[in-house]
Amino acid sequence: MDLAYTAEEEAFRDRLRTWLAEVLPKLPPKPVATDWPGRRAYDAAWQRMLYDAGYAGLHWPADAGGRGATPTQHLIFLEESEKAGAPYVGANFVGLLHAGPTIAAEGTPAQRARWLPPILRGDEIWCQGFSEPDAGSDLAALRTRAVRDGDDYVVTGSKIWTSHAEVADWCELLVRTDPEAPRHRGISWLAMPMDAPGVTVRPLRTLAGSTEFAELFLDEVRVPAGNRVGAEHDGWRVTMVTLSFERGTAFVGEVVACRRVLGELARTARANGRWDDAVLRRRLGRLNAEFAALWRLTQWNVSEAMGVPPGHGGPPARAKPSVGEDSRPRGRSGGVPGTGGSVFKLRYSHARQELYDAAAEVLGGQALDAAHPWVADRLSALAYTIAAGTSQIQRNIVAERILGLPKGR
Amino acid sequence: MDFQLTDDQRALRDGTRELLAGRFGRDRLRAAVDDPAPDRGLWRELATAGFFALRLPEADGGVGLGLPEAVLVFEEVGRALLPGPLVAGQLLAGAVDGVATGERIVALCDGGADPVLWEHPDHCDVLIFVEGGAPERDGAVYRSAPAEVARAPFASVDPLTPLVRVTGRPRTTPLPGADASRLRREAALLTAAEQLGSAGRTVETAVGYARQRTQFGAPIGSFQAVKHLCAGMLVRAELARAAVYAAAVTGDALDIAGAKLLADEAAVGNARDCLQVHGGMGFTWEADVHLHLKRAWLRAERWGGAREAEERLAQALAG
Ligand SMILES: Cc1cc2nc3c(=O)[nH]c(=O)nc-3n(C[C@H](O)[C@H](O)[C@H](O)COP(=O)(O)OP(=O)(O)OC[C@H]3O[C@@H](n4cnc5c(N)ncnc54)[C@H](O)[C@@H]3O)c2cc1C
Repeated sequence: MDLAYTAEEEAFRDRLRTWLAEVLPKLPPKPVATDWPGRRAYDAAWQRMLYDAGYAGLHWPADAGGRGATPTQHLIFLEESEKAGAPYVGANFVGLLHAGPTIAAEGTPAQRARWLPPILRGDEIWCQGFSEPDAGSDLAALRTRAVRDGDDYVVTGSKIWTSHAEVADWCELLVRTDPEAPRHRGISWLAMPMDAPGVTVRPLRTLAGSTEFAELFLDEVRVPAGNRVGAEHDGWRVTMVTLSFERGTAFVGEVVACRRVLGELARTARANGRWDDAVLRRRLGRLNAEFAALWRLTQWNVSEAMGVPPGHGGPPARAKPSVGEDSRPRGRSGGVPGTGGSVFKLRYSHARQELYDAAAEVLGGQALDAAHPWVADRLSALAYTIAAGTSQIQRNIVAERILGLPKGR
Repeated sequence: MDFQLTDDQRALRDGTRELLAGRFGRDRLRAAVDDPAPDRGLWRELATAGFFALRLPEADGGVGLGLPEAVLVFEEVGRALLPGPLVAGQLLAGAVDGVATGERIVALCDGGADPVLWEHPDHCDVLIFVEGGAPERDGAVYRSAPAEVARAPFASVDPLTPLVRVTGRPRTTPLPGADASRLRREAALLTAAEQLGSAGRTVETAVGYARQRTQFGAPIGSFQAVKHLCAGMLVRAELARAAVYAAAVTGDALDIAGAKLLADEAAVGNARDCLQVHGGMGFTWEADVHLHLKRAWLRAERWGGAREAEERLAQALAG
């Protein structure tokens, strides 16, 4: 157990801080939420700046275009970027945080060479085509079909809730390649170009008012068989790798952001008199403990999961059917976060909603102003207990895979 | 940074767990419900294993380990529900003669609490009072002989922890070298570690029962409502674990306040849910669940309750 940073890590932090202080003031103003081309350009430009400065794919292995940095350096990067108010990954989310790591872990050398550098440079944006209208929580029920025709798959079906689809170049797409096989065994993981003929994107409006996600209609879309990551029909296993990245490490930076917001809430409450309310004060105090602990849990999970960077072998962590300390996988798990991600996601997604409910209390009547950033964030926080696997599904995972309780219906 | 247990730490934890399982199993636990007097033989055995002298320098006959190790050991104490003023023994092993070797049992009283409660009044040889309210404020630390302390009866909610209310005490013998704020901080942390151990144990107990008890022709653990209770328990315990371990590494007062808050929540919440999973059986005196719940309630009031911790954590935000 060691939380201390080495001199080398502190030096890394200092260099990063200096760099952030230098570049952030020069960034153009943030585009409005509805300006998708503007958002894409903004997010891609930020990614390019990171790339040029040597901060892109920090903890990816060098042969996947990354810097092979330590997990601690990656945490320092997330911490400092957030503290300095650097842009969030935004439209680069899927590529950087789960499609990319999946390709790094499961792709062939040619696939890694083709897809990873453009993700790191911000040249290409990815989206995730997993969910379907009839296959959400029950993802393995997906029906979008891919029929082999020569060197291509011909894909027909539809996807839903596809975030960033409007601006994506690539889609990590789950398709059914063997309709006869048991449902988990006939799925494949494809990289589909979004500009292929037959792809139609229909934006959906979220409750927050923006078009964060979309419906995809796929009508005989030809995808080269070489775009399949992992073996044919073995896509479910690859998907588990993707999902463990999505749940395990993708939200890490946000915890720092929540801690910053919490401080702002307290100072605002001081200024507007709400601080005199002991109930509110105690609520904020409790959230302080909660987010501090979530950060510690992150450090623990990252320490455990990322001792070896992604792509350097090792199967996904499989926890023993036991609890607590004993349930944690011993040693390194090849960079793929284990079930600790579900524990984190469950608590974090609810804590984030509580945070913005507390913000509404601090704001009083102003909480009805949808233009206030805290109100916008309060709305978007509502997605956290649904997206990337609902809380109910996470609880099933914790109960069955960590605690070893029998499967039910 | 490598925030995982080292091999030595795992070995220490496993060794403590084995020692306690061997010397304080279910039979001993149930016997202690009728007579919660600390077992002096076990006390000396714990001392021989280095339990009390864990953090004393090797030059002074100690083991030379730190707070993280003490926390791992107290997690095991919490799992086993071992009764007795163990936190006091660990904190005062260097300051009171005979404690490190298990010859004498020392109790520690929070003089700033209301009411001032004294654990195991009939079974300790020395009593130490820590004055001063808030953890960061300095206060006096002094020792008393149990006979010179005036007491009133107090019906303890926890059958394993007899209590009396202190009604009067002399304040004449300061304890040399004692640091009140440090004692408070570390007492809170070790208490939080016990809460964590209890929280982990009740998840295990609930899961074990849910696997084995059948209703409607299936193990109750296959029902989602039961699964989700159990999953919630694990999440509480794991969040508390991250907080308690980190606070042990930093030793920071605010980290400790937060860790105590979350560990209290984990121990109390998990004991309640464990009781629920056990159904009617859970409500009996025979089941151990109530012992975990009652001790968790007691510990939650010790060395900084929720109100105090939340206020401190809130003030830190606004500062
Ligand atoms: C903002 C946002 C962004 C998203 N982005 C993407 C994306 O980019 N790509 C993508 O593929 N998907 C995306 N999703 C989809 C997301 O993964 C699904 O919404 C989620 O998995 C739930 O599926 P569903 O919407 O079909 O709900 P359903 O599965 O229909 O669930 C409805 C309710 O039933 C409950 N339920 C379902 N099954 C069970 C069960 N077995 N036990 C207990 N309760 C159950 C659920 O918890 C939920 O409360 C996004 C969703 C949101 C909200």
